[in-house]
Amino acid sequence: MPEAAIRLVDVLLILIVLLDLFALGTSRINAIIRAVALEGALLAALPLAIEGGHGLGSVAILLAAGTLVIKAIVVPRMMLWAIREASIRREVDPLLGFVPSLMLAGVGIGLSFALARQLPLRGLGAATYLVPAALSSVFCGLLLIVTRKKAITQVAGFLVLENGVYLVGLLLASVMPWMVEAGVLLDLFAAIFVMGIVIYHINREFSSIDTAKLTSLKD
Amino acid sequence: MLWSLVLSPFALAALAAVAPGAGRRRPLLLLAGALLHAGGVAWIWIAPPEPTRWLAADPLGKIVLTTASTLFLACAIYAQGYLRRREDRDDRVFVAGLLAFLGAMTLAALAQHLGLLWIAIEATTLASAPLVYFEHDARSLEATWKYLLICSVGIALALLGTFLIALAATNGEPPVRSLMLADLRAGAAGLSPPWLEAAFVFILVGYGTKMGLAPLHSWKPDAYGEAPAVVGALLSGALTNCAFLGILRPLGILRAAGHAGFALEALVVMGLFSMALAAVFVVGQRDFKRMLAYSSVEQMGVLAFGVGIGGPALAFAMFHIVNNGLAKGVLFLSAGNIHRSFGSKRIEVVRGAARRLPLSGPLFLLGFFAVTGSPPFGPFFSEFGILNGAFGAGRFLAGGLFLGLLAIVFIGMSVTVLHVVQGDPEGAPEIAGMGDSWLTAAPPLVLLVAVAWLGLFLPGPIHRLFLSAATALGG
Repeated sequence: MPEAAIRLVDVLLILIVLLDLFALGTSRINAIIRAVALEGALLAALPLAIEGGHGLGSVAILLAAGTLVIKAIVVPRMMLWAIREASIRREVDPLLGFVPSLMLAGVGIGLSFALARQLPLRGLGAATYLVPAALSSVFCGLLLIVTRKKAITQVAGFLVLENGVYLVGLLLASVMPWMVEAGVLLDLFAAIFVMGIVIYHINREFSSIDTAKLTSLKD
Repeated sequence: MLWSLVLSPFALAALAAVAPGAGRRRPLLLLAGALLHAGGVAWIWIAPPEPTRWLAADPLGKIVLTTASTLFLACAIYAQGYLRRREDRDDRVFVAGLLAFLGAMTLAALAQHLGLLWIAIEATTLASAPLVYFEHDARSLEATWKYLLICSVGIALALLGTFLIALAATNGEPPVRSLMLADLRAGAAGLSPPWLEAAFVFILVGYGTKMGLAPLHSWKPDAYGEAPAVVGALLSGALTNCAFLGILRPLGILRAAGHAGFALEALVVMGLFSMALAAVFVVGQRDFKRMLAYSSVEQMGVLAFGVGIGGPALAFAMFHIVNNGLAKGVLFLSAGNIHRSFGSKRIEVVRGAARRLPLSGPLFLLGFFAVTGSPPFGPFFSEFGILNGAFGAGRFLAGGLFLGLLAIVFIGMSVTVLHVVQGDPEGAPEIAGMGDSWLTAAPPLVLLVAVAWLGLFLPGPIHRLFLSAATALGG
């Protein structure tokens, strides 16, 4: 892989981790969704940057286009639409404050790098940051899900988590037949769609999408 | 042949989604789908079809598939009676969702590619979430949200685990460029151990969430408590097995690679922890459907424990997959009848079910005896075999804990169950027209007979199936 491509991949990965941190630190739901959309666009660009040196296959281009359409355009639009339609208040309700969230995320990112060091990669010179960036995204996504009260923010957290998983998937373009990757994308899309429907119902039932109100079931 | 078994439920689901609802004919599609599927599974038993590259009816898949198909048939018959009594609710989403759920479970049981397996299990979540929301009230909504979110996160982690297995393969010596089970097993010796171990951690956490192993079970009591009985039976008796398959398939690869030691230990610990947590929450449980959910957490613990102990216990764990699936059907379906007749699932309200419902009441009691491992029912023999395996392997502490926790759950459940079944129903609330009917009482009865039959007389071909599944897992 040419030197320029390696540097480009590294920059994209660093941007993704920074966007994760931004999503954890912002108090505006719209900003989180925009960050997730931008992450989706970067994810779509990554396979092109990685494969760029060897000439692009049509399948790689198709997958990149699919990723761009679903992760950067359709899903974020659905979420913004849901916010408008359900007239959700645009502030994030954190269970855990923004600063402690960011500090925890910092610890998680450090651990991700430490763990990734234990895992030897061969023949993927450019991908040194790929695994730690992926694990960091997974961790930040989990953090968003468990420390934010609104259902829509939890969905955004789920997307960040999924983006992290998808990053690892990028290493596997040669192993996974394209139909499996397409199936993964389709499943993700369907999951968000079903979650959107449930959020719509939660909003109608409780006049709010604050999951802290979902407390009638417990032991 | 195998593909048509997977695709026909989806086709019927699409038909159910577009068919006009007049005259409430849609439940018949459900019955047709169940009969077709059961026929296909019987055909697999009689004349094993050629495995394709992506799908094969190997012993492990056959156990899970046969259990799911049997349970689904019982539930489809039950649903005929149930939906007739619930004309207040639209059955379009329910019937279509159940059929799609069946198709996804079939795909999960037969899949020979780890990516395909993942897609199938994700599809089961999506197909079953609307089923949990059947009642369309605040409580079922809360349960649906928790089910959907927690299981989606779990499944995303399982996907990460699947990708890590692929990395273990591509970084192996020599590299394996495939996620086909056969290729991975063939090249297992060269797979990269650190990747493989990291992968199993994510697989266990991910599919363990979907399976409902403690401490990842928190969606389970809510979903099982609020979903209709048919859905509860299928989730706890069939879907959990598919999720377990998601753990067993990679475990088979670890076994072949000779790196399964820590994975088996993790399964033993998680199994015992699940049983302990179930024991804590089952004692003093006032809601008998939530009690069944904790019983399911316990049974998942039994399965994980049995597989983790390995050796002779492995074949009994396979046996327990079937036993638990069928016994859960008895319990959920009879509990649903009691719930509808009393209009409540709280033991402060419900009493004397045996007198008011002469079939469902005793079935609930007998189902409790079956699932807690009382002779002569099947679970007694499978749990005894697992215990025997633990002691035989010199694991006296683990075996002792296993036995003690089984006893605590038995006592804890018995208090709640006896409270529901015994006594005088006079004065308890009664919903008119919700007594026992053949359509709603015969399916759990037949399942109970099947559980007893498996205990008293285990047919040779089924026995050999358990043994060959255990051998495939390296037992």
